[in-house]
Amino acid sequence: MIASIAARLVGVVLALGAMIGAAQADQLADIKAKGVLVVGTKADYPPFGFRDASGGVIGIEPDLGAEIAKRLGVKLELVPVVSSNRMQFLQQGKIDLMIATMSDTPDRRKVVGFIEPLYYASGVAILANKKANIKTAADLKGKPVCAIQGAFYNNDLQSKYTGQDLIAFKAVAEAQQALLDGRCVGFVYDDAVLFWQKNSDEKRWAEFECLQLNEWPIVPWGIAVKLEERDGAWGKLVSETVTDWLKSGKLLEIEKKWVGSNSKWLVDASAKAKQ
Amino acid sequence: MDSFWEFLRHVHDAYGINLVHFYDSFERGRLLKGMLTTLQLSVLCIGLSILIGIFGAWLQGSRFRVLKTLVQAYIQFFRNTPPLVQMFFFYFALGPLMPRVVNDYGIAQPMLGSFAWAMISLSFFAGAFNIEIFRSGIDAVQSATVEAADALGFSRWQAYRYVILPLAVRICLPALNNNLVNLVKTTTQAYAIAVPETLFVASQIWSDRINVLEMMITLLLFYLFLVGILVWGMIRLERALAIPGFGR
Repeated sequence: MIASIAARLVGVVLALGAMIGAAQADQLADIKAKGVLVVGTKADYPPFGFRDASGGVIGIEPDLGAEIAKRLGVKLELVPVVSSNRMQFLQQGKIDLMIATMSDTPDRRKVVGFIEPLYYASGVAILANKKANIKTAADLKGKPVCAIQGAFYNNDLQSKYTGQDLIAFKAVAEAQQALLDGRCVGFVYDDAVLFWQKNSDEKRWAEFECLQLNEWPIVPWGIAVKLEERDGAWGKLVSETVTDWLKSGKLLEIEKKWVGSNSKWLVDASAKAKQ
Repeated sequence: MDSFWEFLRHVHDAYGINLVHFYDSFERGRLLKGMLTTLQLSVLCIGLSILIGIFGAWLQGSRFRVLKTLVQAYIQFFRNTPPLVQMFFFYFALGPLMPRVVNDYGIAQPMLGSFAWAMISLSFFAGAFNIEIFRSGIDAVQSATVEAADALGFSRWQAYRYVILPLAVRICLPALNNNLVNLVKTTTQAYAIAVPETLFVASQIWSDRINVLEMMITLLLFYLFLVGILVWGMIRLERALAIPGFGR
């Protein structure tokens, strides 16, 4: 009796496994059959993914998602993700594709399928008061610097360069206000965000300049699919798409549209892809 | 001492208990500085808020209507709004309106920094409660005693200074004790306007070194210790001031 129940259970499990396997085997066909591509993007990180006045998610990442959906001839559905749940969403199949400011690390490569080539990169920059005449991080010695609590470069910045406590806030708005009020000589943060802020409101930041701090490495970002899809049809298609974007200058065009200028990394990567 | 830090480093490597905020000299230095800042902020705010309480309670007994109304308005404003909101208001709304000083690198900086604003807003916040606490003590002083002082020719201020306040303080010490404990704990909110106090430094360390659990425990023990000392001191004070047959 028990043996037969066990046998039946094993059969059901095997059948389920086979079904899931079949579903996984061709995600590309599934997306086409559904007619919808579900893309996970940030919704709180301008200019990559953020909400417009009507509550819709816009930015670089939704634009890239739309490009892929157009290529497949399907509709686009955006799912907002945050750094702490983005990989799980992909594993659980809640999203087909993740374009969410994800830095490429060896640990993450074990969990999700990073698409080669990498599509973007981010480093550290400073939005500095022109009067302070900041050129490199070394010029920050002994000066008050605004920052965001929890950024990975804060420790380095304080121990190697400023030599005093950073004026660090929870959110970007507060740090910006403190900078405008003259409480610090500059605001150190992710480059793309700062360049976007500076370019999107020239009047507000007329007294300030934005410059890259080359003391910290530029970390590339990757678009990701499920790990087992990376070398499948779906992963290959995304990979070809990113290569085309780099060759045709599509990424440069979208970056220019949102950030207002092009980053050195992307210019170099595009030039390399064309060779 | 160095061998003890080495031991803690070994504990981290061998057992994964990450006490980097003790064994790393940079982290230890800034944590200690943060604790010192908390201590400074606490002591200054306790002093200022008690002064506000004493004078506010005296003004409340004033014959002038305007003064009384002003004190009442102050109490209502600071007692009925959250301390965090007050701190943001002082730092971001009032702060930039202050006179500016041009510093050596040519930027016009507002005169008061985050520490000064945290001290001001926390003192005003706790001071509002202290006025009410002192008033409760003053109300409990028997009117016959006050009349006796009056009959002996004490002026209003003299009667307050030499007769009413010493008795009132003894009555309201337990309530004052409570409020000061709250005040010391509320100094952690200065974290929001970037005062490098203990919680601020701790959160910076735990996000850099990913030792959230160890840091949280350290933080909790530190405040338990700090508030413990305050409570111990207040109880000693209560005992020292006790008058046999009065109040108990």
